[in-house]
Amino acid sequence: MITLTMNGLPVMVEAGTTLLEAARYLGIEIPTLCHMDGLSPYGACRLCVVEIGDAPNSKLVSACTYPAVEGLKVRTGSSRVMRARRMVLELLLASCPQSKIIQDLASAHDVRRQRFRQEHEDCILCGLCVRMCAEQMMAKAIGFRGRGEHRSIGTPFDVASEVCRLCGGCMYVCPACQLRCTYNEPEKAICGACANLRAPCLEKPKFDDLMCYMAPCVACEIRQE
Amino acid sequence: MERLNSIEQLQALEQRMSADRDPHLPVIVISAGTCGQASGANDLIRIAKREILAHGLVDTVGLRVTGCHGFCQAEPSALVEPDGTFYPRLGIKEMARLVQAVSRGEVLEELLWRDPKTRRRVRKQSDIAFFRNQTRTILSRNERIDPIRVYTYIQDGGYSALGKVLWTGDARRVIEEVKASRLRGRGGAGFPTGQKWELLANQKNGRGKILVCNADEGDPGAYMDRSVLEGNPHSIIEGMLIGAYATGANEGVVYVRTEYPLAIKHLVIALRQARELGLLGNNILGTGFSFDIDIVKGAGAFVCGEETALMRSIEGERGEPRQRPPYPVQKGIDGKPTAINNVETWANVPIIISRGAAAFAQIGTPGSTGTKIFSLVGKVKNTGLVEVPMGVTIGEIVNEIGGGPSGRSEIKAVQTGGPSGGCIPASMFDLPIDYESLAEAGSIMGSGGMIVTDQNTCMVDVAKYFMKFLKDESCGKCFTCRKGTQRMWELLDDITTGHGTLQHLDLLEELALVVKDTSMCGLGQTAATPVLTTLRYFREEFVTHIERKYCPATVCRDLFAYRVIAEKCTGCGLCVKVCPTGALTGPKKEPHNLDDSKCIKCRACYEICNFDAIAGDAIIAVPAR
Repeated sequence: MITLTMNGLPVMVEAGTTLLEAARYLGIEIPTLCHMDGLSPYGACRLCVVEIGDAPNSKLVSACTYPAVEGLKVRTGSSRVMRARRMVLELLLASCPQSKIIQDLASAHDVRRQRFRQEHEDCILCGLCVRMCAEQMMAKAIGFRGRGEHRSIGTPFDVASEVCRLCGGCMYVCPACQLRCTYNEPEKAICGACANLRAPCLEKPKFDDLMCYMAPCVACEIRQE
Repeated sequence: MERLNSIEQLQALEQRMSADRDPHLPVIVISAGTCGQASGANDLIRIAKREILAHGLVDTVGLRVTGCHGFCQAEPSALVEPDGTFYPRLGIKEMARLVQAVSRGEVLEELLWRDPKTRRRVRKQSDIAFFRNQTRTILSRNERIDPIRVYTYIQDGGYSALGKVLWTGDARRVIEEVKASRLRGRGGAGFPTGQKWELLANQKNGRGKILVCNADEGDPGAYMDRSVLEGNPHSIIEGMLIGAYATGANEGVVYVRTEYPLAIKHLVIALRQARELGLLGNNILGTGFSFDIDIVKGAGAFVCGEETALMRSIEGERGEPRQRPPYPVQKGIDGKPTAINNVETWANVPIIISRGAAAFAQIGTPGSTGTKIFSLVGKVKNTGLVEVPMGVTIGEIVNEIGGGPSGRSEIKAVQTGGPSGGCIPASMFDLPIDYESLAEAGSIMGSGGMIVTDQNTCMVDVAKYFMKFLKDESCGKCFTCRKGTQRMWELLDDITTGHGTLQHLDLLEELALVVKDTSMCGLGQTAATPVLTTLRYFREEFVTHIERKYCPATVCRDLFAYRVIAEKCTGCGLCVKVCPTGALTGPKKEPHNLDDSKCIKCRACYEICNFDAIAGDAIIAVPAR
């Protein structure tokens, strides 16, 4: 067992626990967009930053990827953390203004203005869908490509993936892109299942026990009629 | 090649090689690194060989093709041993004459280097200001070694440090020696190398340990690692062998970018020769110690110089960093403990072992020992690779080695450390160069890029340039680095195009601090440095861009316009001739007209009026609005 201090409270956790898990165990809220239980930690959204160590050598690290270390001092809501978190939210909001989750988080953190030029990227590249596809659905149908501002998520060569079972897991976990499910240009959507009006799950007998996350599923709705 | 089976055989080979060498034989040494070849060294080599063969001079004139000597300004150059006569900027015809002259023991006075300050010819390389003020521990070996011939390296005392280590047979002592030398990582962060090795040596051996040579040099304007790798690949191999012996590592990897074909070629040859000689592979020199080195070619992503991304890239995955801990020495490539050092760090290791830690630690400052290679580029007279002891001031490098500003304009600042580094203004040129002083000034040592800027360089534009580089090169994994660099570039672009407000500056600073704080890896954490240092030292230049909508350095094209002052213009017509768009018109002997709508602000008329025309300064830059 490892003992560390979180916001002044001593907490004992098992070795291998991350700071985020330790904080949740104590009931301390740390916002995050790219973390989900059951998926490997990634540390992409930088919302879960916490301050570790003593001033002046303290630093910010992402709680979801930092392992608990014996005697570590963690502050989850210091002014430095809050300043960083607000700026991250402001950047997120400017890029993905239509995401309900981001709007709510911004509102909860008192982000009242948006000083950057508004964009409509609708994807924050948190990588949840990629990890969901690879780690839970065992499909690896989608992945990252490009770097910097050209980074995006898609299937290899942008053709419909053969290993994609159209399970919808990627859409279920997405914190930003609710738009995709009602996408009006299906060929540009990642899997296109949302606009697929025939029932794909019925046409593919080998996938008849597919774990479908789409609720309501357009295909099923039509079938019921 | 005969395999060496014991340390004695290596020593015997070295003695034989040294005895074979005629110290009085004149040798023409041609600098043929990538830069030398680009400026024509290959032609010189061809001509020199032809002349030597055609005139039967094989026994009287020696020829050695080496890596870069460092003086880029003078490429293609040749050095004549043993007296060290230096011939800069040689052409094919001059080379033919030079071979003849060397065979007769003559010096071609008219081809010698002319000092730009004294206008006098300087004969010896060691008397040229550029070389005189350096301490060339690593770079001077480049001149003595033909990188594709292992014997020249052995003749120069190469692999004797390895022999010494294997002879002593005490791994701990090697680590103690490196620790005592206080060598710090030359890649930029400056982590003590001995301490890193000790951490690796203390790891359980398990499935083996890995040493990596980081040759993924991606900073714009920096090329010292390339030059060492091209000119002296065996020193890297020897350094890694010593490191492997000290830490118990059994695998080595050189991660080099595909953009360095010559470095890769020389390294492949060097590895093959070392294997054939029994200096690499199983049972090295019959001591039972085994270590082998592989080359991994990177595809040229800047972020792969960051160690966790580099490891991912070696594993064959996307080059993306991950959060530390676990540190590479705990869990590195394929889960094996890994230590990663820069090319220059490895090149220093054999020197520490042969000369002793105390001698090494005497050079430099107590906190930063040894020498450091900088690539001095930009607006100075002498550009090239300079190797200086730590602790010399920036001013000494720029003014003495660099020879001061290349043009008429004064030097404004020096940008150190590449895109992750900062700008240090001319007023702080007495700042000593060591890890701590540079960090205090807001910049970093980095891998050693040093870009000199003068009054014709706009600091807002410099910050924008580096931000453009970083926003393209950020891997994009973590949000603040990806979006933060894009947004900082956007704000800087607004300022340089005249859409900036004073709020932009506050937002820029606020954003820069958050990007520095919250990014995952070194790239993001230092991405804000160009912005923060230019804001710290050149804030008034930003304010001028915003309030007066004017770029004093006349770089940001939307923020100035050229005007012809009718009273001063003598109507010489020079500007009309150079104008590529026909924006300048007018009969001779009458003041010319400038049509703003046609002007593309190429600066041609401005420069020709300032330097060549009779009037001198009839064309001036004024704020656009």
